[in-house]
Amino acid sequence: MTPGRVASTLKLVDFASHFFGVPEETIMNFVEEDRTGRKSNTPIPVMPRWQDAILEQEIPEGASVLDLGCGQGELLSRLIETRSVRGQGIELDPEAVASCIARGVPVIQSDLDEGLRGFSDESFDLVVLEETLQTLRRPMGILEEMLRVGRKCAVSFPNFAFWKVWVDFALRGRMPVTGTLPYEWHDSPNVHLFTYRDFADWAEKSGVTMSGVFVLSEGRVDRYRDVDDFRGEEMLVFVEKSIWPSGCTSSG
Amino acid sequence: MHPPSEFASAGFGSQREYLSKSVVISVESVNEKYGTPSDPYSVGWTECRKMNLFSRKEPFMTELGEKLPGVDVEYETYGDLSPEKDNVILVEHALSGDAHAAGWDKNWKRDDRPWRAGKPGWWDGIIGPGKALDTNRYFVICQNVLGSCYGSTGPGSPDPETGSPYGLSFPMVTVGDWVRLQARVLDELGIERLHAVVGGSLGGQQAIEWALAFPDRVRKAAVLAAAPCLSAQGLAFNAVGRYSILNDPSFKGGNYYGRDIPASGLAAARMLAHITYLSDEGMEIKFGRKLKQKTGRTAFSAKYEVESYLNHQGRSFVDRFDANSYLYISSAMDHYDASRWGGGDLVEACGRIASDVLVVSFNTDWLYPSRACRNFSRALTLRGKSIAYADLSSPCGHDAFLVEKDSLTRLLKPFIEKGGERA
Repeated sequence: MTPGRVASTLKLVDFASHFFGVPEETIMNFVEEDRTGRKSNTPIPVMPRWQDAILEQEIPEGASVLDLGCGQGELLSRLIETRSVRGQGIELDPEAVASCIARGVPVIQSDLDEGLRGFSDESFDLVVLEETLQTLRRPMGILEEMLRVGRKCAVSFPNFAFWKVWVDFALRGRMPVTGTLPYEWHDSPNVHLFTYRDFADWAEKSGVTMSGVFVLSEGRVDRYRDVDDFRGEEMLVFVEKSIWPSGCTSSG
Repeated sequence: MHPPSEFASAGFGSQREYLSKSVVISVESVNEKYGTPSDPYSVGWTECRKMNLFSRKEPFMTELGEKLPGVDVEYETYGDLSPEKDNVILVEHALSGDAHAAGWDKNWKRDDRPWRAGKPGWWDGIIGPGKALDTNRYFVICQNVLGSCYGSTGPGSPDPETGSPYGLSFPMVTVGDWVRLQARVLDELGIERLHAVVGGSLGGQQAIEWALAFPDRVRKAAVLAAAPCLSAQGLAFNAVGRYSILNDPSFKGGNYYGRDIPASGLAAARMLAHITYLSDEGMEIKFGRKLKQKTGRTAFSAKYEVESYLNHQGRSFVDRFDANSYLYISSAMDHYDASRWGGGDLVEACGRIASDVLVVSFNTDWLYPSRACRNFSRALTLRGKSIAYADLSSPCGHDAFLVEKDSLTRLLKPFIEKGGERA
């Protein structure tokens, strides 16, 4: 690196620290992390999704829950056990479907891009879509379907305005690789990346109320505050159609 | 505990074997392929049982309003019935199936069923100790359907009025009739409630009918490679099959018993049906354009492997199946439409179902295509049912439900065993 480039990097870090409200040291640590060596076929460790704990708290006993892209059915099996919910999952991956059935979670193998044709209006108290919206060909289609089928919806997604994304892009000149965006450009399932504000814009335009926003930031989960826009790595948003009275979650 | 995968189902041990299976199986290779009756995962030697029901005074009334003065039902059971009689799994066979679903028929010679020699029942890969339908835990029962030729009353059985075989005077039977009759057999055995009903193809339609007709008597229904009704294409195939039987010069209005049987008509029906059981992809892998013989003796002797395979399937079927039974059973298959329970509305019909439902389709099945099976699961969810639906990937087409025992076991076993205490 030329001395000029080093100086500019330091300026950028200084700027980012002020703009995003993140200590310079944190940014420098991130910049110095070597993220180029990650092999694209390294399996990503299966961690309990942070959103699951919140959903478990927010879902009332005996509610009905439709989990879109339910994976191996971890959330539903817990909700069925601890909350006696009527659960239904939808999952495309055949291995994951087999795992769901093995743990007794009702699941339908189907492609979300085909919509939710099999479900009638307002047939679930809550429709959940975790970390999947950005992978769909027609994300708007599924959001509309969720609002049709569910009285309330919970959507979580990686926030592309997260400061690490910005810094990574600016300083490395490569597609960002972060904890919630762990893929290389060529093996990423994410085809429609967006930010929390993009999502909020959609909600406003579509007459959808965001009744609760949770943020994963530096490994902590918090309710949304303005600053979290750039410090939020991932968001969990509860949405419902504005005309409906608030349902099963407290407002954020 | 899962049995090792070498232990084969009746037809085929595995997908690989199925796809590479030579047309004629040598006797020496049988033990290696199918295991033996003393195998720890086998139900061992089996003996069929027969139940005689109904009488002239109290005849069996068919769904279409005809009477049968007496009905025999052949059935087999595996495993032990619990004292509470709450561990019963009813297995439903498909079009050309029989009650011999698992194990080794002890009496194949006595009953003149040589095709059963040296190989186990048609779903031996699925039924047995430790298998998907675990006979260490469950009492498995399989009944031969009314109208068949494998021990239950059918068109080849003597009509008590005349003493000669019914032939085409046998009443038209329906899937609904079969299920009602099965329920009656269970009544006689003192079995009130089924832990599960399981079937593939036409057997899967019986499982659907059970869940609809007796919602209180079924805890779980597993519907494999089957949809609520046959498609127009499926009807068309069956129509051609029946056409070739009905127009065989030996058919003689169905009165061929004791004379020349309509062998070529039945063989042609079976050959055509067999094509629908395979898939384009599977046939390509299994046969391709491979030649059977380089120089044929006559211009039109079987040249290609696929041709020779179908010839074999047709010929061997004639030795073990009755043409009239084929007409009756394939018609019942055509006639079946689960949506009748909802006045023609499948979603409405699904509202009756109280059991847990597992639907499995196979991506290359064109007799009961994935689309039709998925629509059935959608209809169930529209009525607020939680259901399990999986579309398994297999090159084996419709036959996959008999062949893909490992991937089926992964779904079926937990579905059967999980939450069994739920009423």
